[in-house]
Amino acid sequence: MSAELDCDVLVVGAGVVGCAIARELSRHRLRCTLVEARADVGSATSKANTALLHTGFDAKPGSLEARLVRRGYELLSEHAPRVGIPWERVGALLVAWSDEQLTQFPAIIERAHANGYTAIQELSVGELYRREPRLGIGARGALLVPDEGIICPFTTPLAFASDAVSWGCRLLLDAPVTGLERAGDHWVAQLPGGRLRASWLINAAGLRSDELDRLAGHDRFTVTPRRGELIVYDKLAGGHVSHIILAVPTSTSKGVLVAPTVFGNVMVGPTAVDIEDKDDTGSTHEGLEYVLAETAKIVPGLADYEVTAVYVGLRAATEHSDYQLTVDAANGYACAGGIRSTGLSASLAIAEYVREGLAGAGLTLEQRQGLQPVSMPNLGERFCRPYTDGERIAADPAYGEIVCFCERVTLGEIRDALRAPVPARDADGLRRRTRAQMGRCQGFYCNARVTALLDELGAKL
Amino acid sequence: MKRTVAIVGGGPAGLAAATELRRMGVERVVVFERERDPGGIPRHCAHQGFGIRDLRSLLSGPSYARRRAQLAAAAGAEIRTRTTVTGWGTDGELELTSPTGRAEFTADAILLATGCRERPRSARLIPGTRPAGVMTTGTLQQLVHLRGVAVGSRAVVVGAEHVSFSALATLSHAGVRTVCMTTEQAHHQSFELFRMGARLRYGLRLRTQSRLTAIHGGTRVEAVELTDLATGDAELVGCDTVVLTADWIPDHELAALGGIDLDRATRGPAVDGALRTSRTGVFAAGNLLRGAETADVAALEGRHAARRIVRHLAGGGWPQRRLAINVQAPLAWITPNIAADDPTIPPRGVHLVRAATFVPDRELLVTQGDRNIWRGPVSRLQPGRSGTLPAASLAGIDPSGTAVEIRVSSPSGP
Repeated sequence: MSAELDCDVLVVGAGVVGCAIARELSRHRLRCTLVEARADVGSATSKANTALLHTGFDAKPGSLEARLVRRGYELLSEHAPRVGIPWERVGALLVAWSDEQLTQFPAIIERAHANGYTAIQELSVGELYRREPRLGIGARGALLVPDEGIICPFTTPLAFASDAVSWGCRLLLDAPVTGLERAGDHWVAQLPGGRLRASWLINAAGLRSDELDRLAGHDRFTVTPRRGELIVYDKLAGGHVSHIILAVPTSTSKGVLVAPTVFGNVMVGPTAVDIEDKDDTGSTHEGLEYVLAETAKIVPGLADYEVTAVYVGLRAATEHSDYQLTVDAANGYACAGGIRSTGLSASLAIAEYVREGLAGAGLTLEQRQGLQPVSMPNLGERFCRPYTDGERIAADPAYGEIVCFCERVTLGEIRDALRAPVPARDADGLRRRTRAQMGRCQGFYCNARVTALLDELGAKL
Repeated sequence: MKRTVAIVGGGPAGLAAATELRRMGVERVVVFERERDPGGIPRHCAHQGFGIRDLRSLLSGPSYARRRAQLAAAAGAEIRTRTTVTGWGTDGELELTSPTGRAEFTADAILLATGCRERPRSARLIPGTRPAGVMTTGTLQQLVHLRGVAVGSRAVVVGAEHVSFSALATLSHAGVRTVCMTTEQAHHQSFELFRMGARLRYGLRLRTQSRLTAIHGGTRVEAVELTDLATGDAELVGCDTVVLTADWIPDHELAALGGIDLDRATRGPAVDGALRTSRTGVFAAGNLLRGAETADVAALEGRHAARRIVRHLAGGGWPQRRLAINVQAPLAWITPNIAADDPTIPPRGVHLVRAATFVPDRELLVTQGDRNIWRGPVSRLQPGRSGTLPAASLAGIDPSGTAVEIRVSSPSGP
């Protein structure tokens, strides 16, 4: 490696995939830089998805996606509890609402088996309603996928980025790559703050992975953002479903799902509409009406509860059904693009795949010793939250001062989030790290206090 | 009386109840307030008009909040601030979190006075992007009056109730020009004096029958889409701030966590005239019951609850039968909304009634099964402001009978 270069590896895009790759590479004696166009890690597609940890039972057999989701599930389900990423293996129920849908069950089971997933089983209608008594009337049968789970979409990329940064990775935020050229044996990336030279370039640019791929000299795929609108119901509705309720997929969509969240809410969505604008994360009247109508059919009792949040995510869909994951040894370029909804589940496996690809291409990877993973503050409702932890409050009264009443976020947690390895820089960053203002009042009570704390504590950084 | 009463919420209702309980000789009265200062919502309502009916004074919100806290403390109530009641123990004790630690509190009676809040943008399902600059009146007032921070330059105020005009005054105080105020109703729902004052003072433009149908903007609000409900025409109005006013929801979390029945219409605990909930020993008062009334109304309910709590502690019992009083559209809700088998005159001797639209014909009919209980006028039937229905009009209800319905009695109807 040339000492004149700024880094050995430049990872572009700090979504869940880019953060996982940066973390994986930072375990080695490498100079790694992670750049992100937005103000925070995990703040585009990674923050607005269905927050599921998939087994990959329904992936296309033989595809790279099928292989990496399955491997990613193994890795992440083991990694999450070690670092404090909330995840729960609640299981999924794929529900048929018509006889026509029922006839698709054998093919779905066959596909799961082809993907190496054999725990899938058919349930009787009686058993389905015994497990989910609040399901709407008219279900004809269900498939149980016991290993599907729910995970915190905010903590996951943050945990990866926090490890990477504490292991020496440079993280540059508000740093979009505006130009790229190959200069002999290295890349020169143009950033707002100047140029960055790197031996290897890794494209994890999500919705803009096609644009970066073209800057790198290719013309292989085009991202068409697929908009998904989701509605989150109040925590008081938390008991309405205990499994992830999946729909029988059609040719165009996996359908609307209803799932508990690790925060204790119930989530319904997403819609699936192809759009043009990669920044158009607005919700629509039609989309919300559709989600409400599906809610009324699947779990009608939810209509009696307040809506806590509405959010919109854009999946990086391409004209290809599989991930656009390639390693080009001759040019020091790897592309992890076209990754849609399964990126969260597959993230650690994608990182492993890229690392192996780089090693195969001749990059020297020497493991660093004594690396400790970070411990993330728990946001999951099923695990111990600071406000319930008497010993912790006794040791530091800031964990007993609740600032955000709806989500019971304490002063101690807000302070910690502003001092973390990858700190919150604004109210949105604080939301994803602590859930402050993410509850049912959306800041009616605590917005002014949280704003003041951001100024007071944030200024001391 | 060697008894302990716990009050959850140190706003007008909770503090007034605490004062009255101590004055009536209850030995220990503890108010749990999660904010750093007691007083509730009036703490950040800088305008005048507080304390008229309960304190016979005319005070600003912050002065009223301080006065209420002083009265409770002087009467000997213990006010524990920065203390959140997070849930219920298995034997009905309250679970507390505060900087002094995690604790449980056992009381002989509990009053829930947790107040209400305005629904946020998400709960109103307003489509569009999610830029900064969209807030409720509560947030606006805290930012301006408690923190003194800048909020924007051009605002659209959604809603035309009392609180909406309060938002208007706060915006003006903060140097923000209000481009327009918009309501889906045919008319504003406040005092005509307020509307005229706002037009003269701020040049206010009021759009009626107009719905906020989208919010546009990148990092900051740039415009809102207002749709005329009569014609369906949509218009973009430029602004950098959107204040979502009113659309109240009781802060019923603790009540719900305690398994207390909520009234479907008010979303607050269902209570009888004594403000008793479905859970023995637990009372509810103030804006938790149905959303915002003025602070003095909430305080008088707190005082009423205190007197009924004392009677309960003296062995007054709990109703065996509780029958729900239902309303039919265009009526929105009634409170108190339970007929008990040991009836009690409600606070101020009246039930509060609200309608979802302006109802010109203010004649109500109360029926139970095929029996007409009462027919007569109500003082007001509109959104945003309550009418009063004298307690005597519901006195004929049989609490062990069938469902009670209240509806607007059309001139041609039964």
